[in-house]
Amino acid sequence: MLNFLSLIPLILALFFAPLLSGIINKTKAWFAGKTGPNIFQKYKDLYKLMLKGSVYGENTSWLFKAGPIVNLAAVFLALFFLPQGGNVAFISVNGDLFFFIYLLGLGRFFTILAAFDTGSSFEQMGASREAFYSAMTEPVLLLGLSGLGFLSQSMSLSTLYMHVENIPSLANAISSLVFIFGAFFIVMLAENSRIPVDDPTTHLELTMIHEVMILDHSGIDLAFIEYASSLKLWLFGSLTIGLIFRLFFFSFWVQILLFLVGMALIASMIGIVESFFARFKLVKIPYLLITSFVLSALWIIWIIL
Amino acid sequence: MLLVLLATLVLINLYMLGSSRLGSLIRNVGLQAILISSIAILAIPDKHLWHFWVITGLSILIKGILLPKLMKYALRESNTRREVEPYVSYPVSILLGLFFLGACLWISYILPLESISIPPLTLGIALFTICVGIFLIVSRSKAITQTIGYLSMENGIYATSLILSFSQSFIVEMGVLLDIFVGVFVMGILVFHINREFEHIDIHLLSNLKD
Repeated sequence: MLNFLSLIPLILALFFAPLLSGIINKTKAWFAGKTGPNIFQKYKDLYKLMLKGSVYGENTSWLFKAGPIVNLAAVFLALFFLPQGGNVAFISVNGDLFFFIYLLGLGRFFTILAAFDTGSSFEQMGASREAFYSAMTEPVLLLGLSGLGFLSQSMSLSTLYMHVENIPSLANAISSLVFIFGAFFIVMLAENSRIPVDDPTTHLELTMIHEVMILDHSGIDLAFIEYASSLKLWLFGSLTIGLIFRLFFFSFWVQILLFLVGMALIASMIGIVESFFARFKLVKIPYLLITSFVLSALWIIWIIL
Repeated sequence: MLLVLLATLVLINLYMLGSSRLGSLIRNVGLQAILISSIAILAIPDKHLWHFWVITGLSILIKGILLPKLMKYALRESNTRREVEPYVSYPVSILLGLFFLGACLWISYILPLESISIPPLTLGIALFTICVGIFLIVSRSKAITQTIGYLSMENGIYATSLILSFSQSFIVEMGVLLDIFVGVFVMGILVFHINREFEHIDIHLLSNLKD
């Protein structure tokens, strides 16, 4: 089913996605008492990278070139299935929940392949970490979404998010939504390599996860990767904020406006988390992901009972 | 409101399984006692009985304030901060805790308790609190953590007894309160002596004392 009215939030997402990292950096700078980079810095970076040519290593194959393109394409396609701001997504079919999650998986798979293709041992280390941690976040996401599926008796992402208000009582809604919100927030931090899991500003190869996989990409390829990661942050932010969106009803335009404000809030929440936490030791990260798994399981228990 | 308090209680229980800091464990077991008393105030239908208020007040006072203070003192005396080497690691403990929660809820839903007006969710979480206490006792090696497990178990027993047999729970609870007060007191002295003897409070060296 196509819903043409949701093309509007879709286009807004394409346009505003790089702004989120600007908001995160501004929040961090505010907490550190600095001025910080311009809020539109990401746009400038993307523009600069677009103008540059790419350099390819001699021993890389087509996989290395395909990695950024497939990643961006997968994330872009996933955006069509994403319900934004309490509205139905542009495309919604039964079962698109799994299609959505494994589109993201496909993008990640190709990023990992491209990292392996360079033959650099650093990049392979990052790729192995990425695969390990994303294998731990995927069950959390699926468990949380299947709880929504239990409420709405459906497997379409749009329908899932349209029926959050099916939770029996208000007290139940408050306590159970706190669980799932916490779980999804941790998943968002882990999937977008934000601070308690990975530091996006570090340039020490031994500790990086996401950044180390893209060390050899340059020019327009790097721009694709950066833009895809902005879109991915938007995707996960929207999945997180969408949980509380259906509890209120407004007209379409007010919903859109509130949604944009909500995304800005999510970005500043990430900024606050990044200002107050240091990066965890690598061995501690599974603890965090297990915590999010437990929160997800508690959410299931809470809505079934 | 009841559901929010129950959710907080579940989170506190799981946190106690996954935390290595003894100071925050002690604070949490006090908080657990206060939460359980507030849940009892919300959930018990006949509040006009005077002994209900006596039990609740006493348990908040003793288990929520007095015993944590006592244990904090023992902790400061023994110079311990963390539970370093548990027998069961923390992630595994949390996952096992989830399993316990599921099992307890399942048991509380299949028990035939038609005569009781309290929702089975409350009973399940009370049983879960007992399980957490027992698990802390068997899986941690510091004497203080075991005392905390003992207290958590008592909190759970208190909640369960209030739910299942409200009319008789007064005498039982008074006895149990006296017991744990003396118990924690004795354990405080024991911790002090273990600490003086071995310069730490790990209990596995105690097995060397046998013939």
